[in-house]
Amino acid sequence: MCCADVAQAYVEAHASWSEANTRPSLKRDYSAFVQSLEDGLQRVELAVEGVRCAACMKAIESATTPLPGVMKARLNFSTRRLAVEWRGAELDVNRIIETLDTIGFKAHPFDPRRRDDAEAREMKRLIRALAVAGFASMNVMLMAVSVWAGNVSDITPETRDFFHWVQAVIALPAAAYAGRPFYENAIRGLVAGRITMDFPITLGVVLTLIMSIVETALSAEHAYFDGAIMLLFFLLIGRVLDQTMRRRTRTLAENLSALRSERAARIAPDGTVRDVPVSAIDPGDRVLVRPGERVPVDGIIESGRSELDQSLVTGETKLVGAGPGDRVYGGALNAAGALTVRVTAATAGTVLDEVERLMSRALEAKSKALVLADHATRLYIPLVHAAAVLTLAGWLVGGAGWHASVLVAVAVLIVTCPCALGLAIPAVQVVAAGALFREGVLLNSGDALERLAAVDTVVFDKTGTLTRPEPTLAGGPYDPAVLDRASRLALSSRHPMASALCASLDRKEPYPSAQEAAGLGVRAVVDGVELRLGSPRFCGAEVEAQAALAVDPEASVICFRAGDGAPAAFLVRQALREDAAETVAGLRMAGYRVMILSGDRSAAVASAANALGIQDWRAEVTPQDKIAVIEALKAEGRRVLMVGDGINDAPALAAADVSLSPVTAAHISQAAADGLFMGARLAPVAVALAVGVRARRLMVQNLWFSALYNVAAVPLAAAGLITPLIAALAMSGSSVAVTANALRARLSAGPSRRSERSSLKPVPALS
Amino acid sequence: MDVLVYMIPIALLLGCTGLCAFLWALRSGQYDDIDGAEHRVLLDE
Repeated sequence: MCCADVAQAYVEAHASWSEANTRPSLKRDYSAFVQSLEDGLQRVELAVEGVRCAACMKAIESATTPLPGVMKARLNFSTRRLAVEWRGAELDVNRIIETLDTIGFKAHPFDPRRRDDAEAREMKRLIRALAVAGFASMNVMLMAVSVWAGNVSDITPETRDFFHWVQAVIALPAAAYAGRPFYENAIRGLVAGRITMDFPITLGVVLTLIMSIVETALSAEHAYFDGAIMLLFFLLIGRVLDQTMRRRTRTLAENLSALRSERAARIAPDGTVRDVPVSAIDPGDRVLVRPGERVPVDGIIESGRSELDQSLVTGETKLVGAGPGDRVYGGALNAAGALTVRVTAATAGTVLDEVERLMSRALEAKSKALVLADHATRLYIPLVHAAAVLTLAGWLVGGAGWHASVLVAVAVLIVTCPCALGLAIPAVQVVAAGALFREGVLLNSGDALERLAAVDTVVFDKTGTLTRPEPTLAGGPYDPAVLDRASRLALSSRHPMASALCASLDRKEPYPSAQEAAGLGVRAVVDGVELRLGSPRFCGAEVEAQAALAVDPEASVICFRAGDGAPAAFLVRQALREDAAETVAGLRMAGYRVMILSGDRSAAVASAANALGIQDWRAEVTPQDKIAVIEALKAEGRRVLMVGDGINDAPALAAADVSLSPVTAAHISQAAADGLFMGARLAPVAVALAVGVRARRLMVQNLWFSALYNVAAVPLAAAGLITPLIAALAMSGSSVAVTANALRARLSAGPSRRSERSSLKPVPALS
Repeated sequence: MDVLVYMIPIALLLGCTGLCAFLWALRSGQYDDIDGAEHRVLLDE
């Protein structure tokens, strides 16, 4: 059986599109990826592409284990990562990657500096706390049930006291350990002057435990150890769910960045060129950028001339010329000649610096926005505490003694435990995020769901968002035989336009004799005939090129000629995503206002807007303008979803109420966006909106349910009618009800799985 | 009911053993690859 891990498949499809695979091979220096462990062991982690089933796992492990010095090679199937530990200098990372390559798997090492161990530790800590709380609550509950049963039959006071003391012995250390995440957060919040949800939890647990010990010492009939410990158990489930969701997204994002293989070819002072991870590049280093590669870091061109595709930086699709002294930005695609770039730190006044400044300001404003859970906390804390204080006062005034009054007031605190409230939102978030994950959308934050639900305006960037990130073949129809030969020749070229031709090819066999003519194109001699693919001048096809461009002035042209035969000119352009029109129409039908904000030229934006039926568009906007438009929309009271991929979109992504990026987006944009969507289709955007609406409805239902539960329980508790048995039933009953309701978010909205699968296949470039 | 005085500690001790086993399993990475474990069962080493 092969697993249908759709998300992973998207990641790999993207990686194989990326420039990494077209790179000329170069001796790579992976030393930055290797961790030295104690006693001379070395360890590397690699993200492996193409792992589908158990057989792959076995093949990979049995190929790497016999390598010299390997102590351990283990593939983690959940994360698609291979960990190799070895001893001695005989083995290096290159050898491991080559070995995997010979059995058909591509592997990319992880940069250990990028890994965030803090979150992994937090997850382990929560799970340990959950285990302890689970164990304790089960055992305490066993004792408690015996006491409840005994209270209505023939238990002797001595036996009851003994049972209560046993409960105390289990519950006190367990609560001290398992409740630490809550106590610490509550104290941290108080120190910072905020009252968070952890405060009532801590107060409730501590008061309940103290009261139970006092009651036990007084040999009373009821003790509430089970309530306190069960409260912790349920709340920890909520926390673990929350953490699981974040972790899953992060693992995949980390694999993605390793698969994109962010490396740079550093030129050492002695002139040798080595591939090193981008994180090992310092300002002042010189890097080589070959044709077909992306510029890895910001810098200034020292030598070489080329044309750059800056679409990821500015949204502009036309190639721009660049020469010595020009500034280049990480993410620009080098189309023609090799460049030597001197790396500079992001300095004041550059595009990137401006973008980062705008972005951090926008993100700061966003973090202050209140989400549903905050509103719930704000209402919950004063109401519950007021209810407890009023109960205490009421009973004291009514003539009951201090002992009885405190008992009843604490019962109010126990029964209003925020169990259901603590689960109401994370449970829905996890289930809905899981449903979105299967549709190819990864959310960075759980509260993005409720912000998606509020959206009424969708703003798209054009280049790379509405259009496919890579150029595709346009125009036509072309003679299939000519197209086939041109495409096979294109396989030998690293020019980005050539990749548009390759996409239409079924058989990926390059011509063995193909040679690249720098800056001009590729040529090959097949059956005595010279085939040429490249610029119009290279192929002597200026006339055909002019004629083709007259049809579609926005496109670029790539020419092909076999011997002295008639030349052919192919039009290549940024095509719209195949379902862009359908998705936009669907969004408009659903009542969303749709807009385009693009950094590209007017003519290009106008034609895309026309094709999609969008009247509302702006072209040639700067990052500042984008933010201004978004803020203006927000000032009108609109809730904005921004979808964009370029560096120039990053501030707008941060400023919008909620934002999505395609996985092909620039780094800074991925970091600014609330979620990523994968694949060649735009439909995930509509699905995310639909799931958001559904998730918010379920969250609100859950919150109402918790509120109603409290409305019913508080008067009972205040009247002194709550026994530990009723408290336990109410607590677990409400938590189960809320969780069951959250599971309904699984019933996924949007297109079926089948249509999603089909998008995995290469989309035919001829349309 | 004197039997409870030693039966309950024994029961708790057994429960504790289970908890410790779980914590050990967690620490030694048994839960790091839940998807892989189901396939690994079928592989002959």
